[in-house]
Amino acid sequence: MSKPRLATIWLDGCSGCHMSLLDMDERLFDITERVDIVYGALVDVKEFPEDVDVTLVEGAISSEDDLRKIYEVRRNTRVLVSLGDCAVTSNVPGMRNQIGPAAILERAYLENVTINPQLPGPMVPRLLAMSRPVHAVVKVDVFVPGCPPSADLIHSVLDDLISGRVPVTAGVTCFG
Amino acid sequence: MSVLTLTIEGRDVAGQTGHTILQVARENGIAIPTLCHLQGLSDVGACRLCVVEVEGQRKLFPACVTTIDEGMKVTVNSERLAAHRRRIVELLFTERNHICSVCVADRNCELQDLAVEVGLTHFDLPLLSPQAVVDATHERFGIDHNRCVLCTRCVRVCDEIEGAHTWDVMGRGTEARLITDMGIPWGDSNTCTSCGKCVQVCPTGALFEKGRSVAEARRRRPYLPYLVAHEGRTR
Ligand code: SF4
Ligand code: SF4
Ligand code: SF4
Ligand code: FES
Repeated sequence: MSKPRLATIWLDGCSGCHMSLLDMDERLFDITERVDIVYGALVDVKEFPEDVDVTLVEGAISSEDDLRKIYEVRRNTRVLVSLGDCAVTSNVPGMRNQIGPAAILERAYLENVTINPQLPGPMVPRLLAMSRPVHAVVKVDVFVPGCPPSADLIHSVLDDLISGRVPVTAGVTCFG
Repeated sequence: MSVLTLTIEGRDVAGQTGHTILQVARENGIAIPTLCHLQGLSDVGACRLCVVEVEGQRKLFPACVTTIDEGMKVTVNSERLAAHRRRIVELLFTERNHICSVCVADRNCELQDLAVEVGLTHFDLPLLSPQAVVDATHERFGIDHNRCVLCTRCVRVCDEIEGAHTWDVMGRGTEARLITDMGIPWGDSNTCTSCGKCVQVCPTGALFEKGRSVAEARRRRPYLPYLVAHEGRTR
């Protein structure tokens, strides 16, 4: 039997969930031996591959680019995991939802800037009106709240998924 | 006062006339989740987390404001109750703006703990993302309406214990907001004695002491000797 194909992707998050993933220390060797990592920050692959068994998604859906990527991820993934509060609740990225993208961009790129203030150009993906949790956009199979979820928790979730078990996160981890 | 006998979770228990289901359950070591209830304050049945089933009755009863009856058969844990409690906590989260990771009450919050207790891992309901303000006009304290769950513990402690009645609730439904006096900034209140009792009883990060940053809120409940802190919620 071939190894399960694992991908990770980082959308509107701070990379903290990926850091927590790396924080599982020597257990990483065990995990990497049991899966093929086919996409993510740990491998140099440009296009999201087909036929992925498990994808860990860090971050909220905040820009047009996030939206395009998450559809692609969903199309090609069997078990999609919302990893961390940004993916699960929109968390800190969602704090702008009360204010709106125009006012936020103006504040960040014009008002608070002294050298060459300018709004992001067409090269930068446009912000959506709202920053949303992943499951507000596509179906999510496993929710792992936490900011970030602990390395132990991520390990047990991965261990379960690789072994074909359904991970249970209810009652074991809190938001924040 | 006469003694009544009843069963809770299949156990034979006894209590006095006028005692609530919650009271008798806790005396017998049977846990029922609560939020608006705080021992030492009057009960208002605001949050509905404490709902229980009573045999022969279709509707659910809030244990904190339902008095016991002779022969009553009370169920505290069932699939139906678990689903209700999960939905209530979900509603509390989605109705305001709760960002635990940057909240003063992170790891010191009864709502955050309740999410774990009822097994809430995400919200199926959409986030309302309402406009809510922070009033930091008081010299020592602040209120962040983004985090308020309208439990009214602050209203009750200020009224019943401090005797100041600075707090009240204005508006209805999702528009309801706590107000100070007749809706003036807290710092302008001439009824507030700055005793800090409201801050100490708030279950969330809504009421806070100034100068405390993320996850730095500490409730000093023993500071209110007549209130018994809700035990068993510290992780
Ligand atoms: S009040 Fe509690 S639940 Fe709300 S954001 Fe703060 S820690 Fe989280
Ligand atoms: S500080 Fe004391 S008097 Fe002032 S609002 Fe709070 S409980 Fe009431
Ligand atoms: S401020 Fe705190 S104590 Fe007062 S109603 Fe809101 S959550 Fe309850
Ligand atoms: S604890 Fe009973 S209704 Fe809130």
